[in-house]
This record gives sequence, C-alpha cells and structure tokens, in this order.
Amino acid sequence: MMRHWSIGGVIGAAVLAVLVLVAIAAPWLAPGDPLDIVGRPLLPPFTDPRFPLGTDQLGRNVFAGLVHGTRVSLLVGLAAAAAAIGVGILVGTVAGFLGGWTDEGLMRVTEAFQTIPTFLLALAMVSALGASTVNVVLAIAISSWPATARLVRAEILSLKSRDYVDAARLAGMSRLGIAFREVLPGAVQPVLALIGITVGVAILVESSLAFLGLSDPNQVSWGGMVANGRAVLRTAPYLVAIPGAAVAVAVLSVSLVGDAMGRRLLVSRER
Amino acid sequence: MGRTWTLIRRRLLQAIPVILIVSIGIFGLLELAGGDAVDAYLAVTGGGDPAFAERLRQQWGLDAGLWVRFLAYVESLVTLDFGWSVVMSKPVSVAILERLPNTALMMGAAIAFSACLGTLLGGIAALRKGTAADAGITVGALVLNAMPSFWIGLIAIVVFAVKLAWFPLGGIASFDRPDLAIGRVLDVAWHLVLPVTVLGLAYMALYVRLMRSAMIETAASDWVRAARARGLPRLRIVRRHMARPALLPVVTMLGLQAGNLLGGSVVVETVFAIPGLGSLAYDAVSQRDLPLIAGILLVGTLMVIVVNLLVDITYARLDPRVTDDRVRAGGA
Repeated sequence: MMRHWSIGGVIGAAVLAVLVLVAIAAPWLAPGDPLDIVGRPLLPPFTDPRFPLGTDQLGRNVFAGLVHGTRVSLLVGLAAAAAAIGVGILVGTVAGFLGGWTDEGLMRVTEAFQTIPTFLLALAMVSALGASTVNVVLAIAISSWPATARLVRAEILSLKSRDYVDAARLAGMSRLGIAFREVLPGAVQPVLALIGITVGVAILVESSLAFLGLSDPNQVSWGGMVANGRAVLRTAPYLVAIPGAAVAVAVLSVSLVGDAMGRRLLVSRER
Repeated sequence: MGRTWTLIRRRLLQAIPVILIVSIGIFGLLELAGGDAVDAYLAVTGGGDPAFAERLRQQWGLDAGLWVRFLAYVESLVTLDFGWSVVMSKPVSVAILERLPNTALMMGAAIAFSACLGTLLGGIAALRKGTAADAGITVGALVLNAMPSFWIGLIAIVVFAVKLAWFPLGGIASFDRPDLAIGRVLDVAWHLVLPVTVLGLAYMALYVRLMRSAMIETAASDWVRAARARGLPRLRIVRRHMARPALLPVVTMLGLQAGNLLGGSVVVETVFAIPGLGSLAYDAVSQRDLPLIAGILLVGTLMVIVVNLLVDITYARLDPRVTDDRVRAGGA
C-alpha cells in the first residue's frame, strides 16, 4: 500500500521505526543506568569515542540519556494518546448514540475541558497527585481527549440513522450494543487521522512537564536533560541542543506519519 | 447593536456550566491531593500541635463534610476569594492580578504575531501551491510545530541574547528604567521581542495549514471564477474573494488557540524569567501551593472565555451571515 504514501510519510515512518528500535534496544545500546556518573564532566561531543555525544556537568553520558529518554518519550506519548483516544471514543459514542440529556451533559463537560487551558490542567494534576510516570500519562490523557470525543460524536450522529443500524435494532440488539458493535467501527476511522497529532502533542507535553521538573526524577527524559543543560547554557549549549532536537525529531516523525495516514484515509473515503 | 448584545448574553449563559464544571473539577483535584490549607499554613509557619491545627480547621470551616466544604468553596469563588497563597504570602487574587498584565500583554502580542504571520505564509503557500515556496512554508511550519517551545526559547537566548547580544537575556524591563514613559514602553517591548516571537512561532503552524487549505478551497470556488471572468484585477480577487472568506476559520482558531498559548506561556515565561501568570503557575506547582494553582486554573479558564467572546463578536462583524438565529443555535 505504498501508493498514497507521500515522501514525508515515508521519511517519517523510517525515522519513527528507528526511534522505536532504539527504544527497544536501549539496554543493549547503552548498558547501565543512564543517570550514573561515568566520565569526566562536560566533555564536548565527538571528542571521546566512549561518549559520542559528550557528558554533562556531572559526567553522565549524553548518548545513554538520549537512548533511554527515547523509551520514556515514546512510551508516555503512546500511552497518553491511547488513553485520550479511548476516553474520547467512549464519551463520543455514548453522547452521540444516547442523545438527550446524556449528550447535553457530556458535551458540556467536553466544552469545559476544551476551555480550561490544558497545559495548566496537566501541571495542576501532576503537582497535586505527584510526579510519577503514570500520573504524567493520566494528566496528558485527561487534557487531550475532547477532540476525539467531538469527532466520534459527529460521526456517530451521521451514521446512526443508516439502514444497517435500523436492521440491528429490528434484530433486537441493545442500544449500547448497537452503538459499540455496529456504529462505532465506522465512526473510528476518521480518528486515525487524529492519532498523529495526539501522540505528537503528548510527547511535547511530556517534555515540557519534564523540563519544568515534573517527571519521575529517577528516570531520564529528554525534557529533564534540557532543564539540566540550561544551567550551563553559555558554556555547553550542546547539552540543551541535543535532547531538544531529539524531541523535535520524534514529534516531527510522528506527525508526518499521522499526516500520511490522514491523507490516505481521505483518498479512500473519496472513492 | 442588539445583535452583538444577544450574542454576548448567549455566550455568557453558555459559559456558566463550563465554569461550574471546571470549579467542580478543581475542587475534586484539591480533595484528591490531600493536605489542606491548614497543613500548608503549618508547614510554612513552622508547625503547631494537633489541637491548634484542629482549632484552625474549625475556624476555617475545613472540618465539615465534603458537601459543606464544596459549598463553602463555591461561595468563596463567587466572592472572588481564591484563598491564601503560601508561596507568595499574599491573597491568591492579589498575586494573580499582579501578574496578569504581563501575561496578557505577551499573549496578545504572540496571538497577533502568530496569526498574522501564519495567515500570510499560509496564503502565500496557497497561491504558490505545488512550488518550492509552498513546500518550504509547509515543511517549515511542520518543523516549527514539532519543536518544544522551551527549546526554541533557549536556542534563541544562546543566539540572540548571548552570542549576538541584540536582546536581553530575560525579564520584562531593565533595572535602570528609563525616565521617559516612551522609553519605558520601548524597554518593555525590547524585552518582549524574543519571548513573543518564540511563543508565536510555536503556535503558528496551525494558522499556516488552516489558511493554506481554506485559500485553496476558495480559489476553486465559483465566485472566484466569476470574478476572474469579470476581469477583476488579480490582487483584488486574492484579497476580497479568496482571503476574506478564508479568514473566517482562522478567526475561530484564535479562540481555540488562546488556552494553548496560555499553557505555553508557563514554559516561555520560565525560560525568559518574565514575571507573569505562567511563571507564577510554575512557582506554585514546584512548591505545591495548591490554592494558587487552583486560582490560576480558574482565571486561565475565564481568560479563555473572554478571548472566545471577543472572537465571536469579531466573527459576527466579519460574517454578515451570522444572524440572531445562528447565534441562538450556538453556531458560528
């Protein structure tokens, strides 16, 4: 199915595949705890073959941090996006299918979540509940489900009056059964186009939270590495440049793949 | 002007459930967090015996049941009493009001900057569809969108403040403020160039994409073909028949982006050491000052509602098709 994949989509998919491989192979690529002190502090990149990307002000291996940080970023990004999309599908389906007061109530809640500045909400949640990886995932998920909910609701509303739904109703299926088994499969397709954006935003939010010191302190993360390098910004800017670039590359590859998926969907729908 | 007032009244009515749900959510979050105002107070003042803590709880009405506490919370919100900030050691409302102008200034400038540059670039990309310029603008917007704003900010500091020394490293004004008012204004503007640019660039991509696709759509419309057939000058067609209708979704986006920019201001204000609402949120979060965080969340929500109201009014002025009926239906 390479026909509809643009150049951007192919590049994005290739980079994303490399990132996933790095995340999986992290313990072999850079054995040991990436937070361990292993060498002379502030070695610039490309000077010592043992530390290809240099060391930070405590003598920690930047390459190891980068490799292990891939795990955190991708894992948090995917988990948060999956949770957000799951909640969005659930809310959108129930609201769209049941209609009436349920719909009204759920839509008001969705509106509230779209009005409240979501990054502030994520900050407040992580601060109130504690800065563990699970809480970070939860905070990101809770602040990014409304887009999916609205999309799914709109799709359900347009699908629920089709003939095959009436047929299922005549066959005696329960209302929620019809909603989730008959209507939902048709309604989630457009959600595929949102996955790329949702994962990308989740990775960005995770890195911002980590930059502000709101992440598991025992786990290396790209945002945390940038925050750490900020103290020596003038003398060793590479400590900021390298992990930040990693975030950008990850988000870019995810959004390119998402874009390509969305465009393919458009093409297949127009047929 | 009856139409505008109807619109404002409708929007304010719609805002009520939103504010209610948000305050319920914040109350729930504070309950989940555990540790109340007394704990926070004692932690700062150096502790006290349990009896004293109990007395304080009774005094502050914190020993009552959940429902009573919630009502007390709502009552304090209605009277705009957001509680006491331990970190700032002043009322939350005062702490927020002090910081609000800086953030409002920065956000307003960043919204204007990102929307103007974004629509301009998106329009150019649409007019030059399929060329190198289009590809460059589209790819550039994607790349900018992928960069974390704290990173763009730090890189901007290294390049423009440290290496080139064109702009200050941070802050909102110089220590030795100029005497003249105009000098002070210029001084603040000079300090805001980097943060506003960074915040604006980080959120510009959406405008580029939106404007590009909307312009491509209007370019293929019948009315543009008709205008061409009438032999109208190209620039006039582009401005009146293509750009103007394409701007409507962009205006809607302004309101949706307001909340995102406010969130982004936390990181940007922290990077550039600007005393605003965002850096206040950071201080509150890093020292777990929950009443302050709750207050900022509520004020942030109100700010988004206000910006959306302004956007709706602008929209109604721009698009004569927005009638009373559509206002009532919550359209636009």
